Amino acid sequence: MFAYIVRRAVIGVALLIVMSLVTFILFFSGAFDPARNACGKVCSPAQIEQTSKALGYDKPILTQWGSFLAGIVVGRDYPLDKKVREENPDLVTHCAAPCLGYSMVNTDTVNNVLKSAIPISVSIALVAFVFWIIGGLLFGIIAAMTKGSFLDRGIVGLSLIFYAFPTFVVGSLLLRFVAIKWQIFALPVYVPLTQSPGLWFTNLILPAVTLALFYMAAYARMSRAFIIEASTEDYVRTAKAKGVKKVPLMFKHTLRAALTPLVTMAGLDLAILLGGAIITEDVFGFHGLGLLAVTSNSRQDLPTIVGIVLLLSTFVIIANIVVDILYAYIDPRVRLD
Amino acid sequence: MAISPTETEQRSEVGVVIAGETTAAKSPMRLAVDRFRHDKLSMASFVVVALLVIGAILAPILVKLGVLDYSTLHQDLIDNTNGGLPTGAHGGISASHPLGVVPGTGWDVLSRVWLGVSFSLAICLCATVVSVVIGAVLGIMSGYSRGALDWVIGRLVDLTLSFPQTLMLLALSAPIIAFFNSSLHLHGNLANAVYIIVVLGLFGWPSVARLVRGQVLSIREREFIDAARSIGASNSRIYFREILPNVWAPLLVQTTLLLPSYVSAEAALSFLGVGVQAPLPTLGNVLADATTWILGDPLYFWIPAVMIVVIVVSLNLLGDGLRDALDPKSGR
Repeated sequence: MFAYIVRRAVIGVALLIVMSLVTFILFFSGAFDPARNACGKVCSPAQIEQTSKALGYDKPILTQWGSFLAGIVVGRDYPLDKKVREENPDLVTHCAAPCLGYSMVNTDTVNNVLKSAIPISVSIALVAFVFWIIGGLLFGIIAAMTKGSFLDRGIVGLSLIFYAFPTFVVGSLLLRFVAIKWQIFALPVYVPLTQSPGLWFTNLILPAVTLALFYMAAYARMSRAFIIEASTEDYVRTAKAKGVKKVPLMFKHTLRAALTPLVTMAGLDLAILLGGAIITEDVFGFHGLGLLAVTSNSRQDLPTIVGIVLLLSTFVIIANIVVDILYAYIDPRVRLD
Repeated sequence: MAISPTETEQRSEVGVVIAGETTAAKSPMRLAVDRFRHDKLSMASFVVVALLVIGAILAPILVKLGVLDYSTLHQDLIDNTNGGLPTGAHGGISASHPLGVVPGTGWDVLSRVWLGVSFSLAICLCATVVSVVIGAVLGIMSGYSRGALDWVIGRLVDLTLSFPQTLMLLALSAPIIAFFNSSLHLHGNLANAVYIIVVLGLFGWPSVARLVRGQVLSIREREFIDAARSIGASNSRIYFREILPNVWAPLLVQTTLLLPSYVSAEAALSFLGVGVQAPLPTLGNVLADATTWILGDPLYFWIPAVMIVVIVVSLNLLGDGLRDALDPKSGR
């Protein structure tokens, strides 16, 4: 078990290193001059050169990548040139490990830029996750238990339709009707959990529902299919023959086998969403990682984008490992080796 | 799907006497077609998809003929004192604009939605082909070779899946389109469309590759592969002449299921401002524009919104129906 985790972690780190290289090449060797972008619209050639030197853009891309990786382990000091730092000690910004770079557009380290956005994205993802797991499983179980009935068909039909609605359409509809026209909720703004747990939750309802509807539709259909498949297993038939009642049969026997594949998917979907739901955050104006990515993109703030990409990939890679371990716990037939 | 006709067909395959008459043996293909035709939902979705495809092919022709006009401004039909809403009831419906006009510009809604569906389907079909071709080739190579090549392709799948997709599609658009402009001399909306095809295609192949690899792992143990190898067939011959014809069924199903997900992705990217730009319409950019008019001009909003739901639902149902028909073991 321990050896398995170590091996997976080593592969995960190797994957991240390769990803950081690919991301670097994609974004920093392209048609853009990152120093130009960092410097702003009105910029003299001398200023561009100065920025370029301060942030290391004058070096070859592999050297830049190398010092980026070193920065993740030991941290960095900006400007990168030691002589400049000694001449202007008041200009120096320290970026503690794991340092993801410096965003000239925000005149701050990427870590600080990301720090304020992470709790918002995590909040939306967690509340949405609770909604979609409860809703998806509930509708999936109801549909599977009433297979072939009108209720079942209604649930399957509705989930197909909600699955097809683009997130930005659902979000805009909820925002325009529920918040603006009918005024059931106030216009959602993010309130930190530490400030007021009640307001934190009520303000998250609309964005979380927007996000959850799509996943709820997918999970209702999937859990229905898995439950129906599991209920044809021999041991379920045996339990039924021994006189186990319908509801305990579902929850004690069928569901356990049906849920294992769902755990994998739920874990990975949650990991992806922890890194920011771009569309939902954009629709509701929540300044999480998703919206940060959108604004960084329009301001061509490459270091921040690279930082977000790598942070999100880390989430996904960790989730992959966690999910595989969980899988072995839930399903005793699975052995890690 | 009912169980009885399937059972009857399987018995009739070996020519058993049923109800007093002998039925001829049926090929697996024939059986699949029969199964498909017995499922009402699959047939209905097939008809809808067929109509969509015919409509999509007709749209550019109708534009050439001047029947559809997606880009002529009709400022006379816009009430600028009323926030740019169309004059007249129900989004400015009239004989010449049967579905009304677009607020602010006065473009014809019918033409824009129709041609938009056409462009979206074309772009997404190209992206699907890119994904399926890459996925099929890498999947076959990976499943057949198993050794080091399998490991490399497996890690390539991991790498592709670890990238945050939406974010990459958004953030890569500026540098890659700049590259198209400077190196390939692709400009304007052509570059935007090619970008959507390339990135959707390049991020979508892992699911196809995994599926194909799984199939190939069992196919490679069959006798006809041994036979081909023993007469000295080259690897590429084995990949494409021996294995590929045996994985076409799952590939067809996967194509039908990838296409609607790309239609949704195109719409989402349009909302973020990536992809084909107006005045050229795609379903995505029309819908993205229409969502800003949900309260002001509900008809203009609901037409593309319902259209995308119809397209995505019917393609998903068609994919499910094809899977059930081609693989009788997968019960719905």
